[in-house]
Amino acid sequence: MLFFSYFKDLMGREVTVELKNDLAIRGTLHSVDQYLNIKLENTRVVDQDKYPHMLSVRNCFIRGSVVRYVQLPPDGVDIELLHDATRREARGG
Amino acid sequence: MATEEDSAVKEPLDLIRLSLDERIYVKLRSDRELRGKLHAYDQHLNMILGDVEEIVTTVEIDDETYEEIVWTTRRTVPFLFVRGDGVILVSPPLRTA
Repeated sequence: MLFFSYFKDLMGREVTVELKNDLAIRGTLHSVDQYLNIKLENTRVVDQDKYPHMLSVRNCFIRGSVVRYVQLPPDGVDIELLHDATRREARGG
Repeated sequence: MATEEDSAVKEPLDLIRLSLDERIYVKLRSDRELRGKLHAYDQHLNMILGDVEEIVTTVEIDDETYEEIVWTTRRTVPFLFVRGDGVILVSPPLRTA
């Protein structure tokens, strides 16, 4: 549940989701769920010339399992909070 | 009450806990590697890394000579969430020269 909580705190921020098929989508994080499925708003594909498939798509739902990375805003991370939450989560597991 | 549990290394995930806030090396699927500072992880090996360098290794085969051309692409990202199902291994960074 650690990353679910983390992404909930990040709602409204701009992120870039890189998928396993190498497509990268930049957008505003609208919502997330326990599977880390992501809904993005105001989306733009990063390399639009290479991937013209989604030129007119502005909102999308991304299945969590197809995500490779999520590039996060550098100031969207409270490092100490993450460290503490990780230690607590790791102990519980 | 919890301090004994915190420092005990009982299972593989505890070894990763020792690397929190340290630089680590991560081998991923699709011939990718990451080097960055470990800020968070969970039992799925989802991770958040800081100051990350990603190295993608590609092998091209020359049509005529059939020789293998190995080349790497690098990029850096300030903060990155990595989904655990792509992770193969996690280690302290390897010292290369």
